[in-house]
Amino acid sequence: MSLVLLLEQVLNGLQFGVMLFLMAAGLTLIFGVMGLINLAHGALYMVGAFAAATVAGLTGSFILGLGAALAAAAAAGALVEVTVLRRLYARDHLDQVLATFALILIFSEGTRFVFGSFPLFLDVPDWLSGPVTLPLGIEYPRYRLAVIGVGLTVAAGLFWLIAGTRIGVQIRAGEADREMIAALGVDITRLYTLVFALGAALAGLAGALVGAIQSVQVGMGEPVLILAFVVIVIGGIGSIRGAFVGAVLVGLTDTLGRVLLPLAMGPIVGTQSAATLGSALASMGIYILMALVLLVRPTGLFGRV
Amino acid sequence: MRVEILVNAALACGLLAVPLLAHVMGEPFIITLATRAAILALAGVGLNLALGTGGLVSLGHAAFFGLGGYAMGVLAWHAQMFTPMSLFGLELAGTKSMPVIWLVAIVAGAGLSALIGFLSLRSSGVYFIMLTLAFGQMVYYFAISWPAYGGEDGLSIFVRNGFPGLNTLDPIQFFMVTYVALMLVLGGMALLRRSPFGLALAAARQSPARVQAVGVPVFRLRLVAFVISGAVTAFAGALFADLNRFVSPTMLSWHTSGELIVIVVLGGVARLYGPVAGAILLVGLEHILGGVSDYWQVFLGAGLLAVVLFARGGLIGALAGRAVAHD
Repeated sequence: MSLVLLLEQVLNGLQFGVMLFLMAAGLTLIFGVMGLINLAHGALYMVGAFAAATVAGLTGSFILGLGAALAAAAAAGALVEVTVLRRLYARDHLDQVLATFALILIFSEGTRFVFGSFPLFLDVPDWLSGPVTLPLGIEYPRYRLAVIGVGLTVAAGLFWLIAGTRIGVQIRAGEADREMIAALGVDITRLYTLVFALGAALAGLAGALVGAIQSVQVGMGEPVLILAFVVIVIGGIGSIRGAFVGAVLVGLTDTLGRVLLPLAMGPIVGTQSAATLGSALASMGIYILMALVLLVRPTGLFGRV
Repeated sequence: MRVEILVNAALACGLLAVPLLAHVMGEPFIITLATRAAILALAGVGLNLALGTGGLVSLGHAAFFGLGGYAMGVLAWHAQMFTPMSLFGLELAGTKSMPVIWLVAIVAGAGLSALIGFLSLRSSGVYFIMLTLAFGQMVYYFAISWPAYGGEDGLSIFVRNGFPGLNTLDPIQFFMVTYVALMLVLGGMALLRRSPFGLALAAARQSPARVQAVGVPVFRLRLVAFVISGAVTAFAGALFADLNRFVSPTMLSWHTSGELIVIVVLGGVARLYGPVAGAILLVGLEHILGGVSDYWQVFLGAGLLAVVLFARGGLIGALAGRAVAHD
């Protein structure tokens, strides 16, 4: 395999990784601050993609579509937080799993009811379509490069928000000691809704950006949700930095595994069975990575013991 | 407690009486529904040992359920194709005999749950949930990308497997097989829950540190519970695949894990008959609401939310009172 092809796959892995980060960041924030395990996070990703596809289809503007994705996902997140999830923070994990599983059923079937079972399509805008030539003569789709750029920008913005602003200080304080920060006069209920809406908006943004690469359909959030879980388990639950490192690791492992494993198996078992064995192993690659990380560090790479 | 025994007896009799009545009235579809409920209840009984008694919230039991299904599918497929399977150089013939298939399903389920349990039980709480979910997905994606046994399309078999002395193609006879299996496993679970092992497991749910302090190894205790739980769920998976004469990766998907948890919780967590009540309720709702609207899962979701938020303890909890603590 040529170097150029390999670098292209590395970029694909990075693009996948930063999208996973947008999902995982919200999940890990919500778990870190509120102690809530939110299976419905994938539904918010789906809401974002559907909002973007609908608005972009009506107005013809991709940017308006992205705005709609952010707004719709944040609104849906805030709504479920205020009506349902707020009552679950003090409950055990089983109740949280069950309630958020119920929310998935409601979101998925509700979306199917409104939009039907056929996938929607979100077109890449003209000014982002076509390839762009990078150094070393790599031809790479402009849109995917833009997705990497947006993902990295949002990641940087999130780090700044958490580390350098007043609201970030409150979020970190809420993680450490919710009673103390409430006693200091911070409206903890509003802070929780805000964190949840922020996480939801990130998921919605990811859904909209990926929706232009894949199709927009019911259930699209679930595979991503499970990968995001793998990411935050690898990175350490509650750690944004861990989510970033984990997301890039998972994105690269998955993408490169799918390309390299069938090639690597070729000389050992023969080309014919290498393709099947390689792809079967590659689909398990990130879970094996997770198991290995947990054997060495049971609380993830950046998790607190 | 007295009330709960009455509720349990009513559930056991009801699950038997309805299909018998349907048999007399010539309604084979009702018998199939009851068979489905009995099998899902069996899977729930398996999960309930880990989830209810042990407090181990596993979101990966579909792996064991589906593995049992594939044990049936693979063995029966080899038997009906008259092609032996080769395993490490050994030539093994497939089989159409239920007891052999069950044995293979149970052993395979125990093996896989020992592996997943060994890796996941080192952590606890939310890590455990996510680990079991992730390992379950690993098995799911493996089944999809491994083309030998149907891949994404799954495997179907032509004729239901046989049980010595019975005609399993007759709905009521196959129902009786599943019902007797359910009752035997329930009896075993009742004994297990009262045994020192069951008591220590329940104690470890409430306070692992104290159980460890009196000299009971908590990790080993939980691992054994998880293995028994996985084996029972795999047994149910083999029966479920035989009911449909079809097995596909859907049985392995995490939605199935979610449904199994729903069955346990709707009925009543840690109650012996909780999964039986939950499975009857779920199959009934599926049948009734599914007839009303294609989007019946919206109502299922709303009902589930209501149970979680307002009616903890599930159906048996509502009927028999006295909530069982589960955290």
